[in-house]
Amino acid sequence: MAPLAIDGGALLTSVTSILPEIAVVATALFVLLLDLAIPEERKNLLCGASLVGIVVALFSVVALGQGRIEGFSGMIVHDGMGAFFDVVILAACALTLMMATGYSEWEATHKGEFYALLLLSTSGMMFMAKGTDLMTVFLGLETLSIPIYVLVGFHRNRMSSIEGALKYFLLGAFASGFLLYGIALIYAATGTTKIPILATMLYDPRILASPLFLVGAGLLLVGFAFKVSLVPFHMWTPDAYEGAPTVVTAFMSAAVKAAAFAALIRVLLVALPGMQPVLWKVLWALAVLTMTVGNLSALVQDNVKRLLAYSSIAHAGYVLVGLVSGDVLGGQASLFYLLVYAFMNMGAFGVVILIARKEDEGYDIAHLKGIGFRYPALGALLTLFLVSLGGIPPTAGFVGKFYLFSAAVKNGYIWLAVIGVLNSAASIYYYLRLVVAMYMVPAEGEVPVPRPPRILFSMALCASAAVVVVLGVLPRSVLEIAERSVLSMLM
Amino acid sequence: MTSLPQPLMTHLLSVLIFLPLAGAFLLIFLPKENKRLLRNTAFVLTLADFLLSLPVAILFDGSTAAMQFVEKVPWIPQYGISYHVGVDGISLWLLMLTTFLMPITILSTYTSVEKHVKEFMIFMLLLEVGMVGVFLAVDLFLFYIFWELVLIPMYFLIGVWGSDRRIYSAIKFFLFTFAGSVLMLVAIIALYFHHYAVTGVYSTDLLAMAELVIPVKLQFWMFAAFALAFAFKVPMFPFHTWLPDAHVDAPTAGSVILAAVLLKMGTYGFLRFAIPLFPVAAVDLTPLLATLAVIGILYGAFVAMVQKDIKKLVAYSSVAHLGFVMLGLFAFNVQGIEGGILQMVNHGISTGALFLLVGILYERRHTRLISEYGGLSRVVPLYAACFMVITLSSIGLPGLNGFVGEFLILVGAFRPMRALTVVAASGVIFAAVYLLWMYQRVMFGTITNEKNRHLPDMNAREVAYMLPLIVFVFWIGVYPQTFLRKMDASVTALVARIEAKRQAALADSPPGETLVARYFDVGKGGADGTAGH
Repeated sequence: MAPLAIDGGALLTSVTSILPEIAVVATALFVLLLDLAIPEERKNLLCGASLVGIVVALFSVVALGQGRIEGFSGMIVHDGMGAFFDVVILAACALTLMMATGYSEWEATHKGEFYALLLLSTSGMMFMAKGTDLMTVFLGLETLSIPIYVLVGFHRNRMSSIEGALKYFLLGAFASGFLLYGIALIYAATGTTKIPILATMLYDPRILASPLFLVGAGLLLVGFAFKVSLVPFHMWTPDAYEGAPTVVTAFMSAAVKAAAFAALIRVLLVALPGMQPVLWKVLWALAVLTMTVGNLSALVQDNVKRLLAYSSIAHAGYVLVGLVSGDVLGGQASLFYLLVYAFMNMGAFGVVILIARKEDEGYDIAHLKGIGFRYPALGALLTLFLVSLGGIPPTAGFVGKFYLFSAAVKNGYIWLAVIGVLNSAASIYYYLRLVVAMYMVPAEGEVPVPRPPRILFSMALCASAAVVVVLGVLPRSVLEIAERSVLSMLM
Repeated sequence: MTSLPQPLMTHLLSVLIFLPLAGAFLLIFLPKENKRLLRNTAFVLTLADFLLSLPVAILFDGSTAAMQFVEKVPWIPQYGISYHVGVDGISLWLLMLTTFLMPITILSTYTSVEKHVKEFMIFMLLLEVGMVGVFLAVDLFLFYIFWELVLIPMYFLIGVWGSDRRIYSAIKFFLFTFAGSVLMLVAIIALYFHHYAVTGVYSTDLLAMAELVIPVKLQFWMFAAFALAFAFKVPMFPFHTWLPDAHVDAPTAGSVILAAVLLKMGTYGFLRFAIPLFPVAAVDLTPLLATLAVIGILYGAFVAMVQKDIKKLVAYSSVAHLGFVMLGLFAFNVQGIEGGILQMVNHGISTGALFLLVGILYERRHTRLISEYGGLSRVVPLYAACFMVITLSSIGLPGLNGFVGEFLILVGAFRPMRALTVVAASGVIFAAVYLLWMYQRVMFGTITNEKNRHLPDMNAREVAYMLPLIVFVFWIGVYPQTFLRKMDASVTALVARIEAKRQAALADSPPGETLVARYFDVGKGGADGTAGH
């Protein structure tokens, strides 16, 4: 055995490759300590400190750019893809924190743990998005999941919150088990867990045909499917989304989904293109099932949170449409869509938080009655986000769907695109139900007064709206970035 | 007119599209209590848009089929999508119809819309952005965006300011037309990649697409997808069920715009996109579409005849009138198509005016049931006179606008589709039956309902917006040459192009090929256009 040599240069590169993650983890620890030092009424400082940390992390992502930096002997890589998802995840986290400024006061979640857990989970997501080794992906997944389980059950006096957390935890633990078992089987079949090396191994038809590998890949897929809530692995989603504090729901719907998809995209596009001839059938079926079941279930929901939960399932299906073909156009369309989805969905949840006024109550659609004309800004914002979720131009949601379906059509999956657009037509019905309630149904008695948003809260909503509109009209540069990101991952 | 400043002239079409958008932004900042200011601002903005569109009509060169006043700016260049607008003889009069009707419609809402005036005007202006954009877009992506953009404001206009079952009607309107058009989106994408496969260039430009000779099997599926979207919008029988609901429950202004412009987007779509891009499929499916058009003419007329509600009667008359337009377009000759375009404009003027007139009555009596009225001609002579002119124009009395359009359509359609045209011509008679019968019951006889005895006649504002419409009823009726002259070159070129492209696409087809063999791989099983999965 050679003595363990520490290569200073390699270590420095490794540290550089995870600078943003380091910033987030450091902030999380700092927030925990700060929590001990400040009195109860100054707890909003915690939120401010967390936000500063996120901004620092964002800056470090931008500073690192899209260049490829490999760290920790190929366990992790900072590339265009990683940078792209770092930005999406950090932006989602920033929006969550901005919304939490008001929410924490109203719902008494001003606790150090709340912010620290949020940040730790964020760091897990970022590791997951950048992992080039299945083990890193798994570790990232666990780091993101465990804080989220706790956050879902953060309202520990509310049955729905605890129920959601327990369901999510039990099913999530199974999902992690599946994923890990899948990784183990893949390792058994190929002798590696490194994603780029797996790709070269798959040129060997013997490995591709080996049952060990096929079962492993299948279990891996199931693990991811749980996390992004693809049908039929979506059962936990409505309950967890409904029970969780609404800011956490918003965060989960945007960031957890983005992180899990990031890893899935990396695995599909880098490691498994060799399996494409078999895999597309599975993905095709999953996409169709997910879109259709998600949308049809959303049609009958009367609770806005549950409605948005099912809608988020459907949206996972749309993203998957881009991945069926396994080409660059599909990959970049998925990236673009996940970015857009994060903003439009968090925006929608943000408005709903303001209108609902009280956790556990006020999430019934009937509660929206009369809001539109009484509070024009809130009504207009929610309408904008819903229109974008429905994929109607000139919003970013339309551009996103346009590229997802383009990727499908380009590779000859015409029927997939047809089913996709029909689904998006069906989804209009339930998005419009909210609009109908806001504008067209006369309110019985007084229109409930929404919560007065804090300045940061308003900024979060405005920023989301701006992204939805700007990317709807001028998507050019972000599409280019998405394309470069996918290409840099495939290098 | 020619003395407009140069930068304005080079961006004239963009100004026409985006002036209402800027206006909508402006309205956001006006106080919502000051209804007078809001109404006047919206009126001035739409009037300005109309005045700015006049130079387009005046300076339009009728001797060329090319796009004019063209603006082309790369938009998403890596995918070949550009902001490309232009106007030719096919879109010119539809553009003018839109900008002309907007100030009239706004003027009609001064007393009929009292709640949420600010939002109402904002939606009207957004609607104009979409409508003008649809008629000017020369890029398929851009076209689709404007096409969908129209839905949201109209949905709100029906759903918020409508009557009775407005929510049901608004959602029905939205879902039907949206579901129809998403398949067109898939076809647009497929066409886009087909263009790339053939030429190696990404483009969504209509002019580039129009150069393609698309394989016939592909044409069939793409035409079907486009035609479905447009058939919902027109609406053709049997896709018309949303129309009566939407019309009846929409506020007057919504009905006017819906009938006068939105329905034209469907027929315009056929003429601009579905027919020239996929001529083989269009010609081969003509028997089907023309039959549906004639069924629409008769069905609309018969159902209109038994309506108790004047507005519903007018709504069903639209189904019949649009049937004529479709028949003209699918004659594939200059008379038929020019007649079709002219009839689109005529229907916009006549039916728009009919809805305005019904609105005037509704505002006074809050009912639209024919049985509530009778003998009005003595109480409101001016109103009755206007109603008479418009009714006759809608029937197609010679000397008024409707006659010219229908005559050209029937002349154009007679040669290729003799039997159908004979049946369709009977629709003119039925139109006279249901409209005159309605007129008689409302206007003539003795006053049976005491409430009608002291109805006020049209006031100055109402006369002011009705008069321009009546002027055009006579103008088009007496001297249609003003309008036809500017279409000639474009329509002639279109007809020639359809035939040339049809021949080119059919070059490989054996003579005497059956349609089934042409479009489906008989024996091989399955259709080719859906290749893949």
